[in-house]
Amino acid sequence: MSKVLLKIDGKEVEAEEGMTVLETAQDEGIGIPTLCHHKKLEPYGACRICTVEAEKNGRSKLVVSCVYPVEKDLEVTTRSEKIDRIRRKILELLLSHAPDSDQLRKLAEEYGANKDRFEKEPSFCIHCGLCVRYCAEVKGKFAVGFINRGSRREINFIPELAATECWNCKECFPLCPTSALQAAYMFTEAQISETPVFEADSK
Amino acid sequence: MPKLNSSAELEKLRDEILSNRDSDQRIITLCSGTACHATGSRSVAAAIEEELEKQGLKDQVIVRKTGCHGFCERGPIIVLYPEGICYLQIEPENIPEIVSQTIKENKILEHLLYIDPSSDEKITREDEIPFYKNQQRLLFGANLQIDPKSIEDYLALGGYKALARALLKMDPGQALEEVKKANLRGRGGGGFPAGIKWEGSRSAPEDTKYVIVNADEGDPGAYMDRSLLEGNPHSVLEGLAIGAYTIGAREGFIYVRQEYPLAVDNINTAIKQAEEYGFLGENILGSDFSFTVKVHQGAGAFVCGESTALMTALEGRAGEPRPKYIRSNIKGLWDKPTVLNNVETWANVPLIINNGAEWFEKYGTETSKGTKIFSLVGKINNTGLVEVPMGMTLRDIIFKVGGGIRGGKKFKAVQTGGPSGGCLPEHLLDLQVGFDELTKAGSMMGSGGMIAMDEDTCMVDVARYFLDFLTDESCGKCVPCREGVKQMLKILTNITEGRGQEGDLELLEELGQVAKEVSLCALGQTAPNPFLSTLQYFRDEYEAHISGKRCPALYCKDLIAYYIDPEECQACQACLKKCPSDAIIGGKKTIHVIDQEKCTKCNTCYDVCPSRFSAVKKISGEPVPPAIPEEERTITRGSKEK
Repeated sequence: MSKVLLKIDGKEVEAEEGMTVLETAQDEGIGIPTLCHHKKLEPYGACRICTVEAEKNGRSKLVVSCVYPVEKDLEVTTRSEKIDRIRRKILELLLSHAPDSDQLRKLAEEYGANKDRFEKEPSFCIHCGLCVRYCAEVKGKFAVGFINRGSRREINFIPELAATECWNCKECFPLCPTSALQAAYMFTEAQISETPVFEADSK
Repeated sequence: MPKLNSSAELEKLRDEILSNRDSDQRIITLCSGTACHATGSRSVAAAIEEELEKQGLKDQVIVRKTGCHGFCERGPIIVLYPEGICYLQIEPENIPEIVSQTIKENKILEHLLYIDPSSDEKITREDEIPFYKNQQRLLFGANLQIDPKSIEDYLALGGYKALARALLKMDPGQALEEVKKANLRGRGGGGFPAGIKWEGSRSAPEDTKYVIVNADEGDPGAYMDRSLLEGNPHSVLEGLAIGAYTIGAREGFIYVRQEYPLAVDNINTAIKQAEEYGFLGENILGSDFSFTVKVHQGAGAFVCGESTALMTALEGRAGEPRPKYIRSNIKGLWDKPTVLNNVETWANVPLIINNGAEWFEKYGTETSKGTKIFSLVGKINNTGLVEVPMGMTLRDIIFKVGGGIRGGKKFKAVQTGGPSGGCLPEHLLDLQVGFDELTKAGSMMGSGGMIAMDEDTCMVDVARYFLDFLTDESCGKCVPCREGVKQMLKILTNITEGRGQEGDLELLEELGQVAKEVSLCALGQTAPNPFLSTLQYFRDEYEAHISGKRCPALYCKDLIAYYIDPEECQACQACLKKCPSDAIIGGKKTIHVIDQEKCTKCNTCYDVCPSRFSAVKKISGEPVPPAIPEEERTITRGSKEK
């Protein structure tokens, strides 16, 4: 692996080729907020909160640091008025769903996001997909997935799989930034407790 | 049919086909695409077969069921050869006279001809109808002469000559160079130069590479790609095979919507035929090049037209876009170099190889070459598919080809580029259509949607409509699109329903900017366009809705009211009888009034009030005048004469 030299917030840093800007920044102790990122999982690039500015050959563009690969001579800025404006808006949009999430509130404070900017629709889930991807990529179980698309998209446990796989695992619980997962799980649990699959398994 | 193994064998076959064809042969062609089926062409086809049988002409007349002719407003269309006589809006009842008069007696049936509305002149030949005359049908013209189920029809027009030329007379680099030189830009929306995309894949070191036809056309009202794939499937296959040859791909895929059953059927037939003749398969036309094509039916999600989402779906997963900092021509389908172009782009390739880049460059503007097929719809006289050279002005497309605005109304705006395109106002009608020209004006080429709008169209509602579509079609993966565009839709809905507030426009702009800047794919990045372009050109309409609670186009139901002008009402009772909600109070010789409480604003009274009275008025932003007192409502003879 060859080394790549780049600058993050004015600081010269060295990265391995193939690393992302986010990984490099984290290694250097430079904080970039994330919501859908997890070290054990493939980069997902969905929440867009880790957006940074990347400049090369005098041209600057907004990139999502969790998926953007490092390049030689790239100059990355992790905090600017533009970036703050984008992060603020993303937080305000998500806070309408999960107004009580600690993680979101802390970030909102840092970026000056108004948690009441948009009408509340407390669905709790912010669709970071951590549970879905953890279950698929780390556990290989696919017991929780997304259903529907667009603004109707939700996470859902597959009752038959959840009944056999989830009781002794629950590793996705602490990953959830808004506690939505537990709610979805409890809901499924209530449903599957009626099904023969569950009864057979629990014996 | 034994496989063709050389260019000479192909030309020999072509000569045989042509020598069996008589230029004086009587042929009836009938448009038989999906749109034509919708207007009843299948029953017309059955009537033709039946009538020819009945009149003993079955063996003398060839019936050719072709793809779309484009003039769908007037379909089904029959063209009779050798003369090229064109009859429009044919019904099964017309067939007996067509057979007995025109076919048997060579008499032209005047009542079935096109009448030019400007001169009242009857036009006999299809290519002399203004709708066609002002087009440049390089791609679409062949549709008229080809039965899509017949490979012989395609070969008769010079089919697969370009593939033979590329494989046997050019090396892959030369073929690529020709496409690059022609500056063919992607017709699917992005307008990215195809040659440069191909070159990226060609230079990639992997052995396995793919080519894909994007036939996941999803814009509301657009059907260019469907009509090409249905009407001339071999042209798409030929282009695809040439593309595969230039980059070194051995496998290709056609990703087509499940909602296009006829296209699926025709392309599958075409693939089978091409394999049989040796245009697909091992050692094509005796060369070293081998290539196979598979059809994949998409489940019908708009977002799957986005290249990375399409590839994800093709791999068998949920069709969601993936972050694309490495282009898919380097790392695409199954992480292999993949060239994806849409149907129309591929169909251009054989033309370029046959005629050369210089010929292709003759058409178009500085940066947009060739022709473009548009789906011309909306409040326009001649709706249908039109193919024009790049650089034609919007005015010429709408007025010369499209025949102007329907019902003598005034033109207000034209929406181009599909749901995430923009609306351009009257003062930009002289804009030349081209990728960069449209983008600069705040709209885009997209895949070629073009919707004409008249003075009765509310631009705020137009923006709301398209954002509603996009919110529904968002995959929901990234926040700026899933949440941001949804919030934009909420605000726009509020504005059209009279709940707009100060600050709404600023908030819409902020949300639009974030969606544009950081959405994951082009769907989200362009989703704010319908709002941004209408705001740019029709800001006053937004302000009227928000601060005046007024809809200037008198369209938004919550902001308008109907009332009957007592001075004009003649108590004809037309509205009284037709009102579905019994909201009209009146009677014989009694001036009618509308009960505002009961009125559902369905517009029926407005539609049925005779134009000589025009007593029903629509108003917005002002209070409804009080109803005249009951004792003054009686009309006595002569009392209304002025």
